[in-house]
Formats: sequence, C-alpha cells, structure tokens
Amino acid sequence: MSEKSPKIVIVDESPIRAAILEEGLRDAGYGDVHHISEMHNLLSRVYQFDPDVIVIDLENPSRDVLEQMFQVSRAVRRPVAMFVDQSDAEAARASVEAGVSSYIVDGLKKERIKPILDLCISRFNAFSKLQDELERTKSALEERKIIDRAKGIVMKLKGLTEDEAYVLLRSTAMREKKKIGEIAQSIITAAELLK
Amino acid sequence: MTNHPLRIGFIPLVDAAALIVAVDRGFIKAEGLDVELVREVSWSNVRDKLNIGLFEAAHLLAPVAIASSLGLGHVKVPIVAPFNLGINGNAITVSPALHSALMSELEGAPTDPMATAQALRRVVLARARAGADPLTFGMTFPFSTHNYQLRFWMAAGGVDPDEDVRLVVLPPPYMVDSLANGHVDAFCVGAPWNSVAVDQGIGHILHFTSDILRGGAEKVLGIRQSWAERQPDIVAALTRAHIEAAAFIEAVENRDEVTAILAKPDRIDVSPEVLQRTLDGKLKISPDGTWRESGRYLLVGREGAGRPDPAQAAWLYAQMVRWGQTVISPEALKTAKAVFRPDLYDAAVGATVEISSGPADAVGAFAGPAFDPDNIEAHLAAFEIAHLKG
Repeated sequence: MSEKSPKIVIVDESPIRAAILEEGLRDAGYGDVHHISEMHNLLSRVYQFDPDVIVIDLENPSRDVLEQMFQVSRAVRRPVAMFVDQSDAEAARASVEAGVSSYIVDGLKKERIKPILDLCISRFNAFSKLQDELERTKSALEERKIIDRAKGIVMKLKGLTEDEAYVLLRSTAMREKKKIGEIAQSIITAAELLK
Repeated sequence: MTNHPLRIGFIPLVDAAALIVAVDRGFIKAEGLDVELVREVSWSNVRDKLNIGLFEAAHLLAPVAIASSLGLGHVKVPIVAPFNLGINGNAITVSPALHSALMSELEGAPTDPMATAQALRRVVLARARAGADPLTFGMTFPFSTHNYQLRFWMAAGGVDPDEDVRLVVLPPPYMVDSLANGHVDAFCVGAPWNSVAVDQGIGHILHFTSDILRGGAEKVLGIRQSWAERQPDIVAALTRAHIEAAAFIEAVENRDEVTAILAKPDRIDVSPEVLQRTLDGKLKISPDGTWRESGRYLLVGREGAGRPDPAQAAWLYAQMVRWGQTVISPEALKTAKAVFRPDLYDAAVGATVEISSGPADAVGAFAGPAFDPDNIEAHLAAFEIAHLKG
C-alpha cells in the first residue's frame, strides 16, 4: 500500500474472534491493528488509540457507547462518521447479518475502507461457521456417548454383541423413522425408569 | 398477510411490556398476525435492523424514531409510530455519596426537582473549588429521553450538562455495576435498573422522571414508513393488538399474569416482584427501605398514553435543538411531529379518540414556560442554558 495503513481498532469481548479478524487484517497488509477487550471506559480507550476505523461486534451492548462519538462534546477530538450512508444499503445489510459494525473517521476515503469492511464481514461469517461446526461436533459427540450407553444396556439385557446391539438400534430407528440418538435416549430413559 | 412471521426487536425493559404481552398473551395472534420477538442488546442494533429491514417493527426510544426520520447521527430512514409504548417510567438514581452530598445541600423537598437541581449546582461548585473530578452521569443513548430528562433537570438548577458535569452513554445492563464501582455518580435509566441498584444497596432513587415531566413519551412502536404505507392492514392490526395488551397490563387483576410473562428469561428476565413494583408505581427508593408511590411513574396505555401525540415529538425535537444535536428548521419540526401518528392509532380503533387527560401542554415540565409545539424557537429562548448549534 502506498498510503499509510489506516489504524484499526477492534472492539470485541471474544478473544478468538478478535484474533481471527486481526490475523485476517494483517494478512491483507493492514499492520496497524489493535484490540480492545475491556469495555469499561471504552470511549477513552478508543480515543487513546486515535483510530481511523473502529470495528465492533453486534452482540456487544457497548455499541451504544460508540454512538456518542458522533455527538458534539468536548471529549471528542475529531468527528467520526458511520461507514454506511444511504447508498450503502446492501453493504450495511451484509455487515449487520454478519454481526459486525464499523465506524470511520470523517474524511477517510470510502474505497480505502471497503476492503476492510469486506474482510471483517467474511471473517465474522467464518467465525460463525466455525462456531456452528463446533456446536455440531459437540452434539455429535454427545450423541455418540448416548448411543454407547444404550448399546451397553441392550447388550446386557438381551445378551447381544456390540455389533448386534448397534444393528438393533439402527433398524429400530429406521422402522420408527427416528434418529438413532432418539432411540438410544429412550432406551436410557426406560432403563432408568425400570431400575 | 405475510408469508413469514413479522420480526419485532426489543430491548429488555419494562416499557416493552405492551409489545411482549401482545405477542405472548395472544393479542397478536387474535389479530391474525404471527410475530417473532427478537431480544437485542443495543439501541444501535435495534435501529439498524429496523432501518435495513431485518425487523418490520421495533420497541424504540422515541427520540431514535425522530433522529432516524431526520437522518441525525445515522442514515435517514423515515419511521412512523402508530402506538406509544409508554409515558414516563425512567428514574434518576444516585450513589449513596452523591445522595448525602445533595441532601446536605437541599433547601426544599427531596421530590422537588428544582430543589435537587439547585442542590446539585452547589455540590458541583464545591467539587470544582476542591479540584475534584466533575460528576459523571450515565444515560442510555445520545438520542434518548434519559439524556434529555437529565439535561433538562440539571440545567434548570444552573448546571450546564456539557460544561459542569460529564454525561456518558452506558448500556442499561452496565449501569448498576458502573454505579457500584464508582465509574458513574448517577444515572438515568428505565425500569428495572433503578430498582436493581436500590435492592443492591448501592443507589438511591432521587427522582422519578415524572417529577421532571408529568408526561414524557418514552418508547414507541416504530415501523419503517415505507413498509407501513404498503401494509396499512398489518399496521392497524399490530396497533389494535398493542392497545388491547396495554389495557390488559393496566388492569390490576392481571398483574400476576403480566409479571410472569415479562419475567421470562427470553423477555425482560428480572423477578416478577421488581416488575410488580414498576407497574404499581410503588418503588423502593432507598436501601434503608423507604418507599415512594406515584400514579405517574409509568403509564402503559392508561389516560390515553398509547395514542401518539405529535406535541411530544416536537418537545423531543426541541431538546435535540437545545443541546446542539441539530439546527432548528421548520421542515425538521414538521418531520419530527409526523413521526407520531395518532391518525394510525385512530384508524386501528376505527374512531377518532379524544384524549383529555394529561398535562395541558402534553409534557408538563417542572421548569420553563408551557411548551408550544408550534414555536420552538420562542420556547427555547426562555432557557438560560442551551448549546444551540451553529
């Protein structure tokens, strides 16, 4: 980049998401990136960095604190404006849907900011995907544990091998048009009831 | 009428009651509508999601609806309000230290806002002489009733809100902690947060904001004007459901059911007992167990509170002008007034509703001349402290 890299401040209480975003920005050549994770006295923390761009996640109630930057007040050293104007409806929507919002210092050229915002949106989306996958993995693990327990019960009660017990669970699930995890759970519940 | 549920955003505050009860008690369904309530964490989020169409409607700070329609602080998206979700409902809570400083300087009744504002002035002057940091007051949003009510109150006593103290935005859930650890000396916020501070023994409710304005429009049901114009039947049905829900809430015999609905974790998520105090207008104001009761603490529908009054919008616009958030203009005043739509309320009811109760000039402020919604310039000239823009 010929011009000096804009100073970017990421306001995010999630250290992992902030790290993912920071890495992405650095990879794209933005070297001047800072992270604020402590929300107390947020405005003065932001002013200390004197950033050109501020990125904040939408789960953060402190977003409203940043809105104060637009107000005329002696605490503000220079005016800051929202990135999106009337013509940016689509960009605004993509941003909100990804769960991120950004603010820029007044006067900064839009074409310089666009790639930063695009990057934030794609990294935020990537993080959400990662989180979903983690959730899915977690529930898959849970389900496997439940199936193992149910298999154990069936093996003991019916004197079956592990493979036979699994086949029985699976065929029951298919017959009842249910998930094998649900069948396993009802076996466990029944076994506990009849204990 | 639509093929997906309407999404309506809200912030977990007691003045979202009419919206929450309309949905959860079936008033919305009875109107043939399907609504999904979405709990949000910031007014910025609510505003943005309403603006870009992720929400069809929202529980909105009345000044945000006006600011959005005027393009102040953000993108210009015209909003209409067919229903006023609440009149009053905020309170000013101060730390025990500030409370005792104010009480020792007080000449008059502690519920008299002029007396407390003048006491505040003496406290502020004494702190300045002693070289102490200026007092810090928390409020919820630059375009908020809390901001304007705090400013109106202290300025009447001779305290300049931009010069003599610090006003900072704090998300409502952080208010109590900030008061407890001394980051702010006082705050103005809606229910339940004032009661939470008193219950924790770290705050005194100094004023119900109904001491400052007898009737101040607080939150509205905000809808994008362009959408409202395309969907008049839905707007009317939504409004009717709110009117019915508000009446249900105000009926004392329903209080247990209402507080149980509102207390749920995905709604306001506070104890039914605190909600009860708010709706009863009977609040514990001091950790020592002093109670105060007011018939005007929070009005959800009674005395015609649900019908939007353009004079209220004009008063809020006047505060934006007074504190330099915008320059005065007759067009902007007209736009601001047009956000509050009594005609949509009347269309929903099917009759012109005459509201005779409430203050003669709509707001009933404790200081200054009677409010004139048609001559804001002259009205504002009566106030000594102001920061007009330009």
